[in-house]
Amino acid sequence: MTRGREPGRRATWRRATLRGVPAAAVLAATLVGCTAGPAPEACATGAATEAPLTGTLTVFAAASLTETFDELAAEFEAAHPGVDVVLSYGGSSSLAEQIVQGAPADVFAAANEATMQAVVDAGLASDPRLFATNSLEIVVPTGNPGRVEGLADLARPELAVALCDPVVPCGSASVALLDAEGVTAAPDTLEQDVKAVLTKVELGEADAGLVYRTDAAAAGDRVEAIAVPEVPSAVNRYPIAPLGAAPNPAAAAAWVAFVLGPSGRAVLGAAGFGAP
Amino acid sequence: MLLIPALLGLALLVLPLLALAVRAPWGRLGELLTGDAVLPPLLLSLGTAALATLACLVLGVPLALLLERSAAWPLVPRRLLRALLTLPLVLPPVVGGIALLLLLGRRGLIGQGLAAIGLPLPYTTGAVVIAQTFVALPFLVFAVEGALRSTDRRGELAAATLGASRAQTFRLVTLPLVAPGVAAGAALCFTRALGEFGATITFAGSLPGVTRTLPIASYLALQSDPEAAIALALVLLVAAVAVLVALRDRWLPGVAG
Repeated sequence: MTRGREPGRRATWRRATLRGVPAAAVLAATLVGCTAGPAPEACATGAATEAPLTGTLTVFAAASLTETFDELAAEFEAAHPGVDVVLSYGGSSSLAEQIVQGAPADVFAAANEATMQAVVDAGLASDPRLFATNSLEIVVPTGNPGRVEGLADLARPELAVALCDPVVPCGSASVALLDAEGVTAAPDTLEQDVKAVLTKVELGEADAGLVYRTDAAAAGDRVEAIAVPEVPSAVNRYPIAPLGAAPNPAAAAAWVAFVLGPSGRAVLGAAGFGAP
Repeated sequence: MLLIPALLGLALLVLPLLALAVRAPWGRLGELLTGDAVLPPLLLSLGTAALATLACLVLGVPLALLLERSAAWPLVPRRLLRALLTLPLVLPPVVGGIALLLLLGRRGLIGQGLAAIGLPLPYTTGAVVIAQTFVALPFLVFAVEGALRSTDRRGELAAATLGASRAQTFRLVTLPLVAPGVAAGAALCFTRALGEFGATITFAGSLPGVTRTLPIASYLALQSDPEAAIALALVLLVAAVAVLVALRDRWLPGVAG
């Protein structure tokens, strides 16, 4: 008998691939070597001799970081050949719950401060640092069959509207945005994470959905994006922290510095994330 | 020698459920079970699972008869039929949900026609029932088929020689003979439908009161109120155990017939 549900299903394990290695390696080695090196010689000898990191680095990251962290992991592995980065993506709240339940992760990157705070409150992480911001956008299927023009259209009952459930960060941001704009949305489904909303729109099963700007960008021409007013209370700030019980603390610290540093800034910025 | 792996296997199956019972918020249980977090999804689940069971009975009993008759068919179509009926048992339910979307979704092969006449299926309670029926149907078919195979068919022959039509024979002779198998299959269907998650959330979505069933509510509650999630899981567990204990051994899947 197969059972219907597996709580961990949304958290897909993914090994970062080494695509674009040569350019990335040069870039990363230069950045890490030059910014972290105590002396000019460090630049010439490269990062590998600087800090010979080894082992597996397990990063739990919000689903909205999928594309950027995949790319950063490839750069990081190129700079530290001894390290194998394993990324687990999922809804921030469910990742936080897994960490609190004892999942052996090294680093946690959440999509909002509240979920990180839950991990901090449990005594499992300290000193989280903000590394990116994200805001919402309306996405519609290509061709915009529902003739959606703005937030007010999300209240039209005849449209199929997909939103994140308010218990997950993209959902609380959606509530804040709709409240601030005085729109009472008529959602047909409240999904468990932002990628599920995007999928519903991509498949044409929803006429409109609210997703992060970065998810809209990553979906490319499979969806059309419609800008919404910038509302400060609806902007998500992404914190990152090494975990107290990290099996690989050295690599965890290096990863956090890497994401906060110029490499992380460049990749995140290119994907549409704002600076903290 | 074999006792140790057997006990380990039993422990693997039972201990997680025991942990669930141990960690259950017994003090808050009454309040949780009657509160807004549990009661609406519980009622929705009971209603949709009952409808799905009814659909399984209407579609599954004739299908079981067909499957039993297929014993006289050539090898390839016979095995193909059995394989097709087994698929929902082994397929990840999410895959079933995607397949249902591609057929019955607002842009699906059949679904776009339904949407055009103003009857879109996704995001409706009907979609929940369809998803549950999809995953539960094999349980009924195999339980009834097992019962059919183990019954003495001479009664049907006698009825036929006494002038009963095929429909009369089925209604008055065959059906009463396999009634325990039908009841057992229906019970299994009901528990499977009650626990359905993947196909439902993919095909029907998740909206409180409309499509958010007990397992989906439990999954979401885990992110905000873990105690409510455990209470929801406990309800599912108790329902499943109650149904299975009520069944006799020989009607359980795999040993039927």
